[in-house]
Amino acid sequence: METMSPLERLLRGIALTLVVVFFMFPIVWIFLMSFQTNETILRIPPSVVFTPTLDNYAALITGKLQTAAGTLDIAFMRNLGNSVFLSVVSVAVALLLGVPAAYAFARHKFKGSEDIAFTLLSFRFAPPLLVLLPLTQYFQWLGLSNTYFGLIWVYQLICLPLILWIVRGYFEDISADVEYAYRIAGHSWFATFRKIALPLAGPGIAAAGLLAFIFAWNNFVFALVLASADKQPVTVGALAFVTASGIQYGQIAAAIVLSITPTLALALYAQRYLVEGLSLGAVKG
Amino acid sequence: MSDSALLLKDVDKFYGPIDYGVHAVKKLSMDVRKGEIIALLGSSGCGKTSTLRMIAGFEAVSRGKISLGGREIQTFPPVRRNVAMAFEGYSLYPPLTVRENIAFALKASKLSHSTVDEKVAGIAKLLEIEDILGRYPSSISGGQQQRASLGRALIRDASLHLLDEPMGQLEPQLRAVLRGRIKHYIKERGLTAILVTHDQTEANALADRIAVMEGGVLQQFDTPQRIKERPANLFTGTFVGEPPMNVFEASVTASENRLAFGLKDGIRLEYAASDFSHTVRDVLKRRQRVVLGVRPYAVKRSADGVTGRVAVNQWLGDQTHIAADFAGGTLVLVEHDRSNLEVGQPIGIRLEPASLHVFDGESGMAISHGEELA
Ligand SMILES: Nc1ncnc2c1ncn2[C@@H]1O[C@H](COP(=O)(O)OP(=O)(O)OP(=O)(O)O)[C@@H](O)[C@H]1O
Ligand SMILES: [Mg+2]
Repeated sequence: METMSPLERLLRGIALTLVVVFFMFPIVWIFLMSFQTNETILRIPPSVVFTPTLDNYAALITGKLQTAAGTLDIAFMRNLGNSVFLSVVSVAVALLLGVPAAYAFARHKFKGSEDIAFTLLSFRFAPPLLVLLPLTQYFQWLGLSNTYFGLIWVYQLICLPLILWIVRGYFEDISADVEYAYRIAGHSWFATFRKIALPLAGPGIAAAGLLAFIFAWNNFVFALVLASADKQPVTVGALAFVTASGIQYGQIAAAIVLSITPTLALALYAQRYLVEGLSLGAVKG
Repeated sequence: MSDSALLLKDVDKFYGPIDYGVHAVKKLSMDVRKGEIIALLGSSGCGKTSTLRMIAGFEAVSRGKISLGGREIQTFPPVRRNVAMAFEGYSLYPPLTVRENIAFALKASKLSHSTVDEKVAGIAKLLEIEDILGRYPSSISGGQQQRASLGRALIRDASLHLLDEPMGQLEPQLRAVLRGRIKHYIKERGLTAILVTHDQTEANALADRIAVMEGGVLQQFDTPQRIKERPANLFTGTFVGEPPMNVFEASVTASENRLAFGLKDGIRLEYAASDFSHTVRDVLKRRQRVVLGVRPYAVKRSADGVTGRVAVNQWLGDQTHIAADFAGGTLVLVEHDRSNLEVGQPIGIRLEPASLHVFDGESGMAISHGEELA
């Protein structure tokens, strides 16, 4: 690192502040909205001065939504639970399948291995809407529509390629000879994978898992089409706030705050891994 | 067969498809006896590491067989071969200290803690790395990493030790010291070792036999002395020896009592037929184009010999290297005393028949060494 002059430091500070304000403003605004009623939100001109209320959160937690047309039942807490369940299980399954696969692709080049790896990645290129219609049909035949099992399966389209490719780059960065040195000292292939490869790729795996979690959490389309109300995650569940008698901005804001909190907390907690994991091994060759 | 530690039989290595990929090792056959130290010598990319990796089991053998202690092992996974290896790139395990790196090589042997500690201390003393045992690989120098990696291999009680350029990063003084200690260590325990090196002094000092490789082909496999005195072909002749052997293309003319070699620039080396044995004379008579080789130490100066012109005169502190323009090429000779020859001055040269190595002009195979047939 070279040292910076005070002027450079000042300019850098200003630039950073601008970026932070630009990206944080919507989140802050939503956070403020979540403590207001619809009337104060829709005030013209808008103002940041208001009496905070916890009504929005209370409504979400009790599941009773007061609208002009009466009380409405919403299943927000259940949606939130679905989100957590679907994302956690999907990422766990993807890690279980993806990490060994990534290791295989990194270490054993065989005829067509590159093609298979690329095909798996290409699942991420395809627009989800393209596969959705045939998928819905198949799922109905197989009896998988509106099951957690089916949803988690489809979520693999999101999680698996991500984990496979990031973790593979990480494994490739580990010198094969380090593993050989361990194997030749009398350890099996599997012991080497567990004791040498996995720990060395740890930060990469954590980063990939985190990214996959965020992508899974944010998924909307698959869940919208393939799940009914009781299995829907928050992303889809939030649609319930668009009611016949208007849009419940306050509750939507509170719902957003609640639903981004887990990913935000996770990302902040694992920031170190994310930076390390994504700036090293990740996207190459 | 009972004292054979390692046997390679017609081993081929292709990277990529067999017969189409990179042909790194070609039909290599080699028999290493128990307790022997073998040096693998050859230019960069000649297949030394590939050979070691096939023996260790990190690379598949494309064709041929490898036996360790009488058992065919080319299809065994590394874990079942009982081979130790020091890697060209060290390959220490980053999250472990140097001590742990060396000790983990012993994990599988289920020794008691105190025995392991004792062994690690012993090997660390031998390699002069006692002071860095507690450090991590990323925080020590290349030469220290190399010694740690060598220690990790030597500490094991394997049936074969493969050492890939184990001292390449060390300064000559330390190398000379370690050379002696390592040889003693290996011989004392009766270990068998194959050592890859670019340093001929190291090969000569450590090895019972030297295997010279080039282009994936084993050129010669013999004792250091025989490799020096009786190189099997032009490659071995010029590759082994410092400074390298002088070589000149020549045509042979033989009569009843004379044998003459015609070199470029009209230079003729005339010998009495009696300078060569009968058999050598007979063989040489039937050749036309040959290559003559003379070691720089064996070149003599003589006023009535053939002449060259001095191009370089260098005093190296303990010997003089003189390079002369001779027969369209350069002839190097080594003398023990300082010389006051000026550049450009003519120099009389005599090449004794006993010092001549004659190689076939086409195949490069040795025909004769001095008065004996190759
Ligand atoms: N994994 C590989 N894939 C393809 N070709 C390879 C591979 N490893 C080695 N080669 C080729 O095989 C040949 C022999 O390589 P090898 O590493 O055995 O040489 P070396 O004698 O150990 O050389 P050096 O003295 O430089 O270490 C070289 O031409 C090299 O380019
Ligand atoms: Mg090598």
